[in-house]
Amino acid sequence: MTVILELRQVSAAYGLIPVLRSIDLVVGRGEITALLGANGAGKTTIMRAICQIMVKTTGEIRFAGERIDSKATEDIVRLGVAHVPDGRGTFVGLTVEENLRMGSYTRHDRDGVANDLVLVCEYFPRLRERWRQQAGTLSGGEQQMLAIARALMLRPKLLLLDEPSFGLAPIVVKDIFGILHAINKHEGISMLLVEQNARMALSIAARAYVIEIGEIVLAGSAAQIGAEEAVRRVYLGY
Amino acid sequence: MQALLHQVFSGLATGGIYASMALALVMIYRSTHHVNFAQGELAMFSTYLAWILLQTGFPYWVAFLVTLAVSFAIGVMIERLVVRPVENQPVLVVVIVFIGLLVIINSLAGWFFGYTPKVFPSPFADHAWYANTYLSSHEVGMIAVTLLLLVMIFSFFRFTSLGLAMRATAQNPLSSRLVGVRVGRMLAIGWGLAAVVGAVAGMMAAPVVYLDPNMMSGILLYAFAGALMGGIDNPWGAVMGGFIVGVLENLAGAYVVGTELKLSVALVIIVGVLVVRPLGMFGGRGASRV
Amino acid sequence: MNVGDRLGLSGGSPTAGQSAIWRIGAPLLVLVLASFLPVLVTGYVLFQFTLVVIYAIALLGLNILTGYNGQISLGHGAFYAIGAYTVAILLDKTSVPYWLAIPIAAAVCLLAGFLFGIPALRLQGLYLALATFALAVAIPQLLKFHGVEAWTGGVQGITVSRTQPPSNLPIDPDQWLYILSLGIAVLMFAIGWNFLRGPPGRTIMAIRDHPIAAAALGIHVARYKAITFGISAMYTGVAGALGALAAQFVSPDSFSFFLSISLLVGVVVGGLASLSGAIFGAMFIVYIPNLADEISKAAPWAIYGAVLIGCMYAMPRGIAGLLQAIKRWLLMSRRSPQGSPQGPGRR
Repeated sequence: MTVILELRQVSAAYGLIPVLRSIDLVVGRGEITALLGANGAGKTTIMRAICQIMVKTTGEIRFAGERIDSKATEDIVRLGVAHVPDGRGTFVGLTVEENLRMGSYTRHDRDGVANDLVLVCEYFPRLRERWRQQAGTLSGGEQQMLAIARALMLRPKLLLLDEPSFGLAPIVVKDIFGILHAINKHEGISMLLVEQNARMALSIAARAYVIEIGEIVLAGSAAQIGAEEAVRRVYLGY
Repeated sequence: MQALLHQVFSGLATGGIYASMALALVMIYRSTHHVNFAQGELAMFSTYLAWILLQTGFPYWVAFLVTLAVSFAIGVMIERLVVRPVENQPVLVVVIVFIGLLVIINSLAGWFFGYTPKVFPSPFADHAWYANTYLSSHEVGMIAVTLLLLVMIFSFFRFTSLGLAMRATAQNPLSSRLVGVRVGRMLAIGWGLAAVVGAVAGMMAAPVVYLDPNMMSGILLYAFAGALMGGIDNPWGAVMGGFIVGVLENLAGAYVVGTELKLSVALVIIVGVLVVRPLGMFGGRGASRV
Repeated sequence: MNVGDRLGLSGGSPTAGQSAIWRIGAPLLVLVLASFLPVLVTGYVLFQFTLVVIYAIALLGLNILTGYNGQISLGHGAFYAIGAYTVAILLDKTSVPYWLAIPIAAAVCLLAGFLFGIPALRLQGLYLALATFALAVAIPQLLKFHGVEAWTGGVQGITVSRTQPPSNLPIDPDQWLYILSLGIAVLMFAIGWNFLRGPPGRTIMAIRDHPIAAAALGIHVARYKAITFGISAMYTGVAGALGALAAQFVSPDSFSFFLSISLLVGVVVGGLASLSGAIFGAMFIVYIPNLADEISKAAPWAIYGAVLIGCMYAMPRGIAGLLQAIKRWLLMSRRSPQGSPQGPGRR
C-alpha cells in the first residue's frame, strides 16, 4: 500500500489547551480511511491540523512524501488536498454554479474544468436542478452534496471529509455515502473520512482508526475495527 | 416645469459624484465586507496627487492614469499595513481604525497642501457638443464616466473569476482558503481597486466642488446613504441610490426647506426608505440558517 | 456569526469573575479619591475632570446600547445635544431651576430615544449606523433652522448662567458643578450596574448575542430594544444637560457629528460592555486630543488618528479589556502550569 498522507507523532493545541497527543496516522493511496470517535475526541482537529487551520501542531505531516506541516492552508490545498469541513463551508451567498467554479479556482485547464462540471453533476444530479439558486437556500443534504462536489472540482488527490453525515436524514446519508464509495472507486481519489456514524463509515472504508480524547486507541482494517468488541459496544450499539 | 427639470438634472449631476463614490464603497464592501469610512479621504488625497502632476505640467490623461496606478498601490499598501492587523477583529474595532485613517489622511492633506481650495481642471471641453441647457459638458461627462465605471465594476464581479474569488473571500475567507484562494491578496486587490474608483470619483468631483482637504466629507455621507439605499453589495443599486440621493437633495433644497435643512431632509427620506426596505431598495434577500 | 461575535463580546456581566474585594473595593477607592479632587485642583484642570465625569455618563449610555445590546449608534451626539438644549432653554426661557431641569432633560431624552428606537428596530448593523449618523448630522442643522430660532437661539446658541452652589456650602461654582456631576454619575452608574447584572441586563445581552433564540424564548425583543434605546439616550441626555451647565453655553456647532464619532471612539477604546470602560473612554476623549495638539501643532489630528489605530492594534477589547486580560493572566500564572482549565469543546 502506498501512502498518500502520513501523520507522525503529531500533537496539536488550541493556544494553551492540548487536543491531540502524538498521533500516528496513515492514509493509503486510492483508499478510504475512516477516523471514528465521539464528540470532542479530536477528529476535526486532525483535519484542521492537516490543513493548518486555526491550530498549532508539532510533529510531521507528509502529503505524497512532502512535508506540509508548516505550509499555509492555500498552499496545501494547491498541492491536491481538498477539505470538506464540518458545517459544509459552502459559500451561501453564491449560486451553486459559482460555488463549483470556486472549487476549480486554482485550475487553468478550461476543458478539464468543463468536463468536471459535467462529471460532478452526474454524481449529484440535484445540483443541476439548483444551478442558479443561492447555495444558502439549499437543504442540508444538498449543501453537503455541493460541498463535496466543490471539493471534487479541485481534482484533488486526497479528499478530507469532516462528518458528512451530520444533521442529515438517514436516507440522504446512505445516498451520499454510496456516491463517495463510487467516487473513490471510479476516480481513485483517496479519502480520509471523519465520522461519528461508525456503521456507515466502516461500510465504505478500507481501513479505520478510533480516536479517544486526542489519542489513537485502535487501528486496523475496517473489518477488524468493526468486529472489535469495544467498538461494537460503544460506537455501533450492539 | 423648466425650473423643475433644471433641479432634477442638476441633482443628477451631483448624484453622479455620489454614485461614483458609492461604487468605491460597494467595491470595498464586496471584497472585504467592510465599509471604509476613510474612502473619501483617500479619494481626496488621490485627487491632490493628480493636481500636483498637473501643476508639474503633465497632460491631463497622463496625470489621470498615473494617479490611478499610484492610488492602486496606496490602497494595497494601506490594506497590507493598516487593515491587515485588525482583519479578524470585531467590526467596531475595524470601524475605529477606519476613523483613525480618515483623520490621519485628512490632517496630512491639510498639512501638505494647505486648506485654500484649489482649482482642478475638467477633461471635458467647455462647450462640447453634448453640453446643453440642463447640463454642462463636465456634468454630462461625469455621468458618462460614472455609468462606464458601473458597467466595468458589475462585469468584473459578475463575469471574471477574480471578481468571483473576491466575492467569495469577503463572504467566507476560510472556505476560500480551502479552495486555494490567497485571501490576503484578494483583500489587497479589493482595496487597490476601491482606491482607483475613489480616485476617479475625486477627479470628477473636484472641478465642481473645488479641491480642498474637506471636500469629500459631505460627499461620502451622501455616497454612503446612496449605497445603503440601493443595497450595499449591489453596484447597480448603489449607482441608482447615488443619483436618487442627488436629485432628492436638490429638490428638497429647492422646494421644501431651502439649503439649511436639505441635508437633514434628504437623510430623513433615506432613513425612511431603509425602514421600509431594511436591506436597501435592491439589496438581496439573504437567507440564513438559524 | 451573531452581533455579539461581530462586536467581540460574549456573555459577560459587567463584573463577572471578579472577587468581592475588586468589585466593591476598587470602585469605592476610586470614588473616595475622586471626591477629594476639588480640594487639590482648580480652574481648567478641575473643569477637565468634570468633563471626564460627564462624558463617562454619556459613554455609559452609549455602551448600554452598543456594548450590551449590540445596536450600533453613530448618532448619540444628538441625544447629548437634546439634553443640553433642553436645560439651556428651560433655564433661559422659564424659571425652572437647574436641579429640576436635569431630570426633565432626562425624561425628554428617554422619550426621544424610545421614539427613535422604534423605527430603528427594522435596521441592523450598517443600516442602523447610517440612520443614527443621519440623526447626528440632522440635529445641528435643525438647531440652526430659523423656524425654531426663537427657542434655540439659532446659530448663536444660548448662554447658560453659571450654576451656583447651595448657599450654605463653602465651595465655588466650579467645585459645586464637579460635585454635582460626580454625584449624578455615581447614581447613574449604580442604577446601571444594578440593571445590567440583573435579568434586564441578561436579557438585552441575550438579544445582542442570539436575537432569534431570545425571541423563541418569548422575550419581546422589539420592546426591549426600543426601551434600551430610550435608556441609553437618557443617560447621554443627562450628560448633555450637565455639559450645558459646565460649558455655560450651547450652540449647534458644539454638537456636530464629530461629537458622535468621539463618543463611539470613547466606548470602543474604553471597552465595550464594561462599566469601567466608560470611565477610561471618557479620559481618552478628553485628554488625548490635547496631548496630540501638544505633540504636533501642524497636524494634531494625524497624531490622534495614529493613537486610535495604535490602541486598536494593542487593545482591541479596549482599555478595560486589556486590564481584564492582565488580571486573568496574573490569576492563571498563579495556578500550577500543568493544570490548565478545561477548554471549549474540542473535536
